[in-house]
Amino acid sequence: MSIFIDKSTRLIVQGITGRDGSFHTKQMIEYGTQVVGGVTPGKGGQKFEDKVPIFNTVAEAVRATQANATVIYVPPMFAADAMMEAADAGVRFVVCITEGVPVLDMTRVNPFVTEKGARLLGPNCPGLISPGQSKVGIIPGRICTPGPVGLVSRSGTLTYEVVYQMTRAKIGQTTCVGIGGDPINGTNFIDCLDAFEKDPNTEAVVMIGEIGGTDEQEAARFVREKMKKPVVGFIAGQTAPPGRRMGHAGAIISGSAGTAAEKMQAFEENGVGVAKRPIDVVDLLKRAMR
Amino acid sequence: MNIHEYQAKEIFRKYGIPIPPGEVATTPEEAEAIARKFGTTVVIKAQVHAGGRGKAGGVKLAKTPEDAKSIAGQILRLTIKGLPVKKVLVTPAADIASEAYVGIIVDRASKRPVFMASPAGGIDIEEVAAKTPDKILRRPVDPRYGLQLYEAMQLAFFLYSDMKQVRAAAKILQQLYKAFFENGGSLAEINPLVTTPTGDVMALDAKMVIDDNELDRRPDIAALRDESAEDPSEVEARKANLTFIKLDGNVGCVVNGAGLAMATMDLVKYYGGEPANFLDIGGSSNPEKVVAALRIITSDPNVKAILFNIFGGITRTDDVANGIVTAIKQNPLKVPLVIRLTGTNEEIAVKILKENGLSAMTDMDEAVKKAVALATGKAA
Repeated sequence: MSIFIDKSTRLIVQGITGRDGSFHTKQMIEYGTQVVGGVTPGKGGQKFEDKVPIFNTVAEAVRATQANATVIYVPPMFAADAMMEAADAGVRFVVCITEGVPVLDMTRVNPFVTEKGARLLGPNCPGLISPGQSKVGIIPGRICTPGPVGLVSRSGTLTYEVVYQMTRAKIGQTTCVGIGGDPINGTNFIDCLDAFEKDPNTEAVVMIGEIGGTDEQEAARFVREKMKKPVVGFIAGQTAPPGRRMGHAGAIISGSAGTAAEKMQAFEENGVGVAKRPIDVVDLLKRAMR
Repeated sequence: MNIHEYQAKEIFRKYGIPIPPGEVATTPEEAEAIARKFGTTVVIKAQVHAGGRGKAGGVKLAKTPEDAKSIAGQILRLTIKGLPVKKVLVTPAADIASEAYVGIIVDRASKRPVFMASPAGGIDIEEVAAKTPDKILRRPVDPRYGLQLYEAMQLAFFLYSDMKQVRAAAKILQQLYKAFFENGGSLAEINPLVTTPTGDVMALDAKMVIDDNELDRRPDIAALRDESAEDPSEVEARKANLTFIKLDGNVGCVVNGAGLAMATMDLVKYYGGEPANFLDIGGSSNPEKVVAALRIITSDPNVKAILFNIFGGITRTDDVANGIVTAIKQNPLKVPLVIRLTGTNEEIAVKILKENGLSAMTDMDEAVKKAVALATGKAA
């Protein structure tokens, strides 16, 4: 199977008539995703590409289509509102692609969405794809192939790179999830690892992290404590220089945490295979799944 | 976006936080005139977007206007963490009875703004946090309600026992939170928050960092940007919508996406090279962005080879190819170029490059190896 989305996912697109929204809606439909509706305020009653009904509000769209997932392509200043509108309308899975959402907006969106019982993916993420079944977001479908490996990543194009190298090596994927690189986002590494552990078709997991924060370290501990399936990881930013940091608050709250070296060490100590280069993920997977 | 201390102080003053007066000088003579006006011992502080100013010699006392002139002259000749000092803040020296720290930051782990307070403020606060964490009180704030009075009082009681000072500090904390939240901050800090021998509580320093994503809806804050205080190549990159950080190596890198850009730099190092920069051309890249990227990279004399690593998703690789061709026609390259591209419209991109005497590779590792070999003068 897969995690979060599959053949039965009924998706609406918020911002379906915008430049990015319309382009990627076509791509998602072409891939086989069930796009059951779209939302653009003021364009309710129209149809996208003569097929997909457009609504003024998410609430109307959900009532008419029984959508259970949404993907958001609205400009950054409206993204917080779009996420809250979707959660309030009862959509269970909210994926926000928009880049540039103010982080203070996310401090309000996150508790709101959680209280409504919805799962948020993103913002500033490429979305996710369950190869051969459904894609939500912008991950190019042709670099993926169905198979037994789950993938979770903080990055966009680096995810494509690793998936591409896996597919070239004939290692397919159950679901590839891009959680996004913003400081505050919804679904995190641990949520995905937990879902992959429970998914009967996933045999191994790839985790791709970056410098900054402590999410990867916590995820590594989760792997040791809660997972039986093998996990391999890569961290980008091994050569990144320390920034010209202003203020002390960052250092006070996290100490020296967040370097690539520290994250790779956490991987090693907790039994997560460490790839030095993206291509090494392939060999590590082959060994782990033998 | 970083703003200067004097700008942060102006914002904090608007929120009623007590701060001693101060004026900005760009020459030693101006500093002298300001010191004369204050008629007392002054502190001269470098206004530069880097931490550790005090330890770098960028904060000094001047007892007379003549002293102020010569000390301002010294500080205005300093370069702190690669950034030249162009402005100093001149402010009357205060008598200090105690130094505390208060700061607020958006915390990834709790997904909230978190307040931090410590009675052991001053320049060694990071050491205090590392060695004696019990001297720091942390308090997450629910952004839907803001910092309530009782929360501010809890923090203030951690700093002071005198009731007058506790109340004054609580008010400062609530106003600091407002200044942070209403101006789209990602950090706001007062270090030190001092008490004077007469019992007043006031902010002797102010730091604020604004979330870049807030600037579109806050033109008044965006206008505080001081481009003269930033690295010129980073200014040009921002204007072209590129993310660029200059480094010391000799392999120039042009990549789409921050994660892939970092992974490319790592690979350059893995194969024995040194990256000259981090450069992310972002998602929907038009040819002009690529032209700007090449102009910025080639202006660095250390660059001995240029590597493009493009994985087309939203980015169309034919756009990148067109950008490369246009840039080279405008300004022929003096260093070798290695292009790796794959993904959206790859066939068209390869054709465009071929027609212009260029070639592209599809494998990331091979491309990086080749670029490193060319930069170091060894055969690939």
